[in-house]
Amino acid sequence: MDAMNAHAEAIMTHEVHYDEHQAHHHNQSFISKYIFSQDHKTIAKQFLITGIIWAMIGGLFSVLFRLQLGFPGQSFPILETIFGKWAPGGEIKPEFYYALITMHGTILVFFVLTAGLSGTFANLLIPLQAGARDMASPFLNMLSYWFFFLASIVMLSSLFIQTGPAAGGWTVYPPLSALHTASIGSELGMDLWIVSMALFVVSSLLGGINYISTILNMRTKGMSMTRLPLTIWAVFFTAVLGVLSFPVLLSGLILLLFDRNLGTSFYLSDIVVNGQIMPNEGGSAILFQHLFWFLGHPEVYIIILPTMGIVSEIISINSRKPIFGYMAMVGSLFAICTLAFLVWAHHMFVTGMNPLLGSIFVLLTLLIAVPSAIKTFNWLTTMWRGNIRFTPAMLFSIGFVSMFISGGLTGIFVGNSTLDIQLHDTMFVVAHFHIVMGVSAFFGMFAGLYHWFPKMFGRYLNTTLGYIHFWVTLIGAYLIFWPMHYEGLAGMPRRYLDKSPWVSFSQFGDLDRMITIVSIIVYAVQLMFVFNFFYSIFKGRKVTTQNPWKANTLEWTTPIRPGHGNWPGEIPEVHRWPYDYSKDGRDFIPQTEPVGANESNEH
Amino acid sequence: MDIVSNQQRKKIHPRKFTMWVAIASIIMMFAGLTSAYIVKSNQAAWQEIELPKIFWGSTIVILVSSLTMQIALRSFKQREMRQYRVFIASTFLLGSVFIIFQCIGFLQLWEQQQVTLKGSGAGQFLYVIFGLHVLHVFGGVIALLVMFTRAFFGKIKMYSPVPVELAATYWHFVDALWIYLLIFFLWVR
Repeated sequence: MDAMNAHAEAIMTHEVHYDEHQAHHHNQSFISKYIFSQDHKTIAKQFLITGIIWAMIGGLFSVLFRLQLGFPGQSFPILETIFGKWAPGGEIKPEFYYALITMHGTILVFFVLTAGLSGTFANLLIPLQAGARDMASPFLNMLSYWFFFLASIVMLSSLFIQTGPAAGGWTVYPPLSALHTASIGSELGMDLWIVSMALFVVSSLLGGINYISTILNMRTKGMSMTRLPLTIWAVFFTAVLGVLSFPVLLSGLILLLFDRNLGTSFYLSDIVVNGQIMPNEGGSAILFQHLFWFLGHPEVYIIILPTMGIVSEIISINSRKPIFGYMAMVGSLFAICTLAFLVWAHHMFVTGMNPLLGSIFVLLTLLIAVPSAIKTFNWLTTMWRGNIRFTPAMLFSIGFVSMFISGGLTGIFVGNSTLDIQLHDTMFVVAHFHIVMGVSAFFGMFAGLYHWFPKMFGRYLNTTLGYIHFWVTLIGAYLIFWPMHYEGLAGMPRRYLDKSPWVSFSQFGDLDRMITIVSIIVYAVQLMFVFNFFYSIFKGRKVTTQNPWKANTLEWTTPIRPGHGNWPGEIPEVHRWPYDYSKDGRDFIPQTEPVGANESNEH
Repeated sequence: MDIVSNQQRKKIHPRKFTMWVAIASIIMMFAGLTSAYIVKSNQAAWQEIELPKIFWGSTIVILVSSLTMQIALRSFKQREMRQYRVFIASTFLLGSVFIIFQCIGFLQLWEQQQVTLKGSGAGQFLYVIFGLHVLHVFGGVIALLVMFTRAFFGKIKMYSPVPVELAATYWHFVDALWIYLLIFFLWVR
């Protein structure tokens, strides 16, 4: 018997020996604990706070260009006070407007919803929920944040240079992005954009390879892949997408950098700028679009998959019911991850693509509706007849499902190459992707923050502010983006500075004003959330129990404020899947509890 | 119990696994570039080049260096440290020679065939693709330099074969990548 125990112990030590030394960091300096930290929890907070700062900047930009869209031609003297030559006489200059929409897209897509979202939740949850002391390589993990930080600094500095930041749209299509003389946003700002994004790619690769190898190699004893919480499955597929698609963006950007600064013509051909014929010949602008969207499309799943995982977890916990169709959830994540690589050309239907090729991409695109619908039905059936607790996290999760359905349905419209002839580059597309990917992802992120804030900081976010935050954001988001569908169906183009000269679009003037006013309100409420966030870190209600949400997963078996290494003793062993809620008359059964002799078999 | 511990033993080391994932992502980058090459080569104004002969030399060099790397790894595992030092040093040297040969190749293309950065034919792609490959080899050479310094001047004895295995995996990868790129440039016209 003793021999058996010794043997078992030997196995346990073997399991943790890769990083057991990390449990012994006691005398850390301020710098190694909070700044150049290798603790995944601190790195998660760094990603989160950097992401929040970026979200405030990116959101503010949208408020500014909404002012232009809602009140074209009207003067706001305060704009001149703040932005000087960019808003002479209080009116936003066209160049400024284009810089604003470009940076809004870049910041929100990459810096907030990729780094801020994956960086936060993958870092926080992978070791805690899979049962590891830290990531496979804590050092690479730290580098991942600091590359992101450098990318942020470079991108931020581009906002303050004389010619302004990149202004050719977040997709930086050549020739606009490839010729210095094409616009002032195509000068230094564009180079800084490319450099920043290259650093960003390095950051997300370092993060991604770490997430993958941690999930596959460092799970605790008993934590088979099918016992992983769906959050971990989701960040796993997210990381796979990132690792395989970001390098392709990098190749595209390298060629772009050559075209811009070294005189090659990979993307340029037969161009006249201001009456001057450019020497470039033989390039293809469409080539860039292929390389860009080979990342660009998986990118939208990089944004939405982690929130799908978060929402699955929170809905199950707060419905006090097992997740409906666990394997179907994993399977649909896998299907989305695979299809993500096969649909990029649906962003390019109107570039003169062969219609046959177009129809293949339509088919593959519409196929994504299948796994997406599976997930949606599973969320709904998880809630069905559940004992639902309407915490702010749960409300945001339900809001996510609502937004995902609304935005997903219009995806069927724009994914169709025939309809796309009418709908491409209109406000309809803006409405579609903001609802399905922007707002949904934010809802998922908020859900995750309200839910795991206690684990991050040992305190709760204020619940009343949380409810206000949720309702204003939900109603506001629908008021902002729903009307855009009508504008888009009528043919109103996106990205235009001023649509009032067109009789057919000026009928939407009042609607646009309404949208702008609601955006300002919604933005103000997000600032309220940021206040709640920082206030609660220091003054929030303290967490007093180890497992405040009565959840099954491993992160709630750690101390309320876990140190580096997460568990003071051995890492707990896992005996069951994470969704045993309301089973055999018990409210919840943590993963660490061995399966009882009389326990029923079904989940 | 025994089954469990056997499975434990078979489990791949996390660092090595990380390396394989990183390799997958590097492959994607070159896949992106070479598919761009294929797309571009079917369009107007495509210009062919003659591959400089020295690239064959560098091919032989990097193939031999893979061999020396493998012998170094085997010697390390058998704790034959003298042999290990000799072969890690020769791998490092061969790697450096490869980089020099590649640079000579670029220069020959530039000067003898007058292929500059103007345009977007095979030559410009060659500079970008082979250039990025050389950067990856350079990264490997730096890693080899670290191993080399440790082997000759290190105060602490190394017992874990993992760092050497990582270096070997990466080195064979850049070798294989080079072979792929060479065949690609010869094949796709």
